Amino acid sequence: MEKNKKKSKYNETEKHFDTKRKKTILLILFLILISSIFIALTIGVYKISANDVYNIVITHLNPWGDTNDLYRVYDVIVWNIRFPRILLSVAVGIALALAGGIYQGCFRNPLVEPYILGVESGAAFGAALAIVIPSFFFSLQISAFIFGSIAVFGAYMLARVRGETPTIMLILSGVIIGSVFAAFVSILKYIATDAALREIVFWMMGGFYYASWSDVLLILPIVIICFFILWIFSWKLNILSMGDEESKTLGVNPELYKVIFVIIATLITAISVSAVGIIAWVGLMMPHASRMLLGPDHRFMLPAAAMMGAIYMILCDTLARTLTSAEIPVGILTSIIGAPYLIYLIRNKGKLIFGVG
Amino acid sequence: MLSVQNLFFEYTKSNPVIEDISFNIKQGEVCGLFGPNGCGKTTLFKCCLKFLKYEKGTITFNNEDIKDKSIHEMAKSAAYVPQEHKPSFPYLVRDVVLMGRTPHLGGVFSISKKDKIKAIDAMKLVGIENIADKPYNQLSGGQRQLVIIARAVAQEPNILFLDEPTSALDFSNQIRIWNLLRKISGNGTTIIACTHDPNHVMWFCDRVVVMGNKRLISIGSPEVILSEKILDEIYTDTCKVSSIGKNKIVYPKKITNNKREIS
Repeated sequence: MEKNKKKSKYNETEKHFDTKRKKTILLILFLILISSIFIALTIGVYKISANDVYNIVITHLNPWGDTNDLYRVYDVIVWNIRFPRILLSVAVGIALALAGGIYQGCFRNPLVEPYILGVESGAAFGAALAIVIPSFFFSLQISAFIFGSIAVFGAYMLARVRGETPTIMLILSGVIIGSVFAAFVSILKYIATDAALREIVFWMMGGFYYASWSDVLLILPIVIICFFILWIFSWKLNILSMGDEESKTLGVNPELYKVIFVIIATLITAISVSAVGIIAWVGLMMPHASRMLLGPDHRFMLPAAAMMGAIYMILCDTLARTLTSAEIPVGILTSIIGAPYLIYLIRNKGKLIFGVG
Repeated sequence: MLSVQNLFFEYTKSNPVIEDISFNIKQGEVCGLFGPNGCGKTTLFKCCLKFLKYEKGTITFNNEDIKDKSIHEMAKSAAYVPQEHKPSFPYLVRDVVLMGRTPHLGGVFSISKKDKIKAIDAMKLVGIENIADKPYNQLSGGQRQLVIIARAVAQEPNILFLDEPTSALDFSNQIRIWNLLRKISGNGTTIIACTHDPNHVMWFCDRVVVMGNKRLISIGSPEVILSEKILDEIYTDTCKVSSIGKNKIVYPKKITNNKREIS
C-alpha cells in the first residue's frame, strides 16, 4: 500500500516535470548538427564527390590511414580548407549563441547579446590594436579578451541605476560603448600601414576565410570546455535570472556567479571575434529561438542554443562560400538573414520582450 | 530562534532608518511585524536576511550570528517572500517552485525526485497545482505571490520572512494563506510576516512587533498590544477595537456616512 502510494507519487513527478520531450529535441538538434557538418563538407565551389570527401576524412581520422595515397588537391581542399573552416564555424556559432544566452540570463534581459553590449566592438579594438602594434600585445586573443571585458563591464556599470539595470539603459550603454570602440578602431585604421589596414578591414567584416587547423585547435577546445562549465552552472543561472535578492534568498551569491558567467562568456566571445571578426545577432537570435522551442530553463536552453548557433553558422558560412564565385563575408550574411527575424521579434513579441526587466 | 539586539541601520550617513531595535522570537511562533508605511519594516527584514549591511547591533538565528553565515548557509535556514517580484523570463510555475530547492541541492545536475516531490507538495499545500504549467510572468500579482510562497515552503527554512504576503490576494486567499502559515509554524518553522492589516495580526499571530518611525514601539501578544492606545500612537485617532465572540476586531473609528441610497 505504502509502496503503491510512493509509486503513484513518482509517476506524478514524471507528469509534472517531464523532460523527455526536451531531451529528445536536444538529441535531434545534435544529430542535425553532426549531419550538417558532413553535408557542408561535400559542398563547395570546387566539386568533389561525397565519396571522395568522406574517404579523405576517414583516412585522416584513421591512425593507420595513409594520407599520401590521397589525391593531393582534393586532400588540401577537404582536409586543410573545408574541414577546419566548418569546425571553426561550429566553435564560433556555439560561442556566440552561448555568450548571448549567458548575458541575457545574467542581465535578466532577453535583448542583450555580445554585439549589442559592445563586447564584439571592444574585442575587435583589442584585436586591431594587436594587428597594428604587434609588439605591444603579445597575443591577439588576450588583447581581444581584455578589451571585450572592459566593454561589457563598462556597459553594465553605465547602465546600473540604483541597483537595477533597465533594458533601455543597458542597450543604450552598449551602443555608446560599442561606438566608442568602433571610433577607436577607425583611428587605428587611419594610422595603420596598408597591409595592416587590409587585414583589419577584411577581418572586421567577419569571415572564416583564414580558418586553419591552428585556429580550430585553439578555439574549439576552449569553447567546448567553457560550454561544459556553463552547463554545469546552468541551474544557478536560472536562479540568477530571477534577480539579485532572489538569488541571495536561494543561496546563490549573485555578484560572484555573475562575474564568473560574464567572464567566461566574454572569453569565448573574444576568442571568436579575434579569429573571425564581428558577427552580429547570432547571440540574440539563437537563445531566443531556443527559448521558444524549449522554454527558459537554462539547463536545456543553453545546449540547444549552442547547437542551433553552430548549425546556423555552418549554414551561413556554407552560403557565404558557395553563393557566388567570390566570397561573401559571413558577417554580412548573418546581418541580412538576422534582420527579418529581429523585425518579426519586435513586431510580434515586442511587448513581451520590452515589457519586462 | 530569531534575536535582534540593538540594531541600527542607515542608507545614507546621518539619516537612520532603524534606530536601536531589539526583540526575540521563539521557534515555531507566528510573529506579525506591524507599523505604518515607511517605518522601516522591509529594511529590518533585509537586515535580517543579510541583504543590507547594518552598522551596529547583532542578529542571531538559533544563537548563531548571521554575520558569520555564508549566503548558502543563510538560504538553508531563512526563506524570504518579497512584497513583489519582477519576473524576467517565462519560467513555468513548477520550475519557479522547484528553484526553492536550490539551497539543498548538492553537486552537478542533482535535482532528485525527492526535490521534485517536495516542490509538488508545496504547490498542493498553497493550492496552485492548477497553474503549475503556466508561465510565471503571465500571472496576476496575487498568483505570483502564491507561487513565491510555495517556493518558500519548498525551501523548508527554519525561519520564513514574508513581506506583506497577502497584499495582492483576494479575501479568501488572504485567510487561506494565514491559516497555511499557522499550519507551517506547527511543524516548528518560525514565521515573521509584515502586514498592514491589524486584524490579520490579531487573528493569526502569536506575537506582534509594533514599529513606528524607525524604532520599536511595543512587543507582545496581539490581544494585549493591539489596544486602542497603541494603535492611536501609530495611526493617530483611527482605530477602534472590540470583541466578536472569542476574537477581537479592529475597525475604523469614523466611517463617513454619506453613501447614496440605491433604490
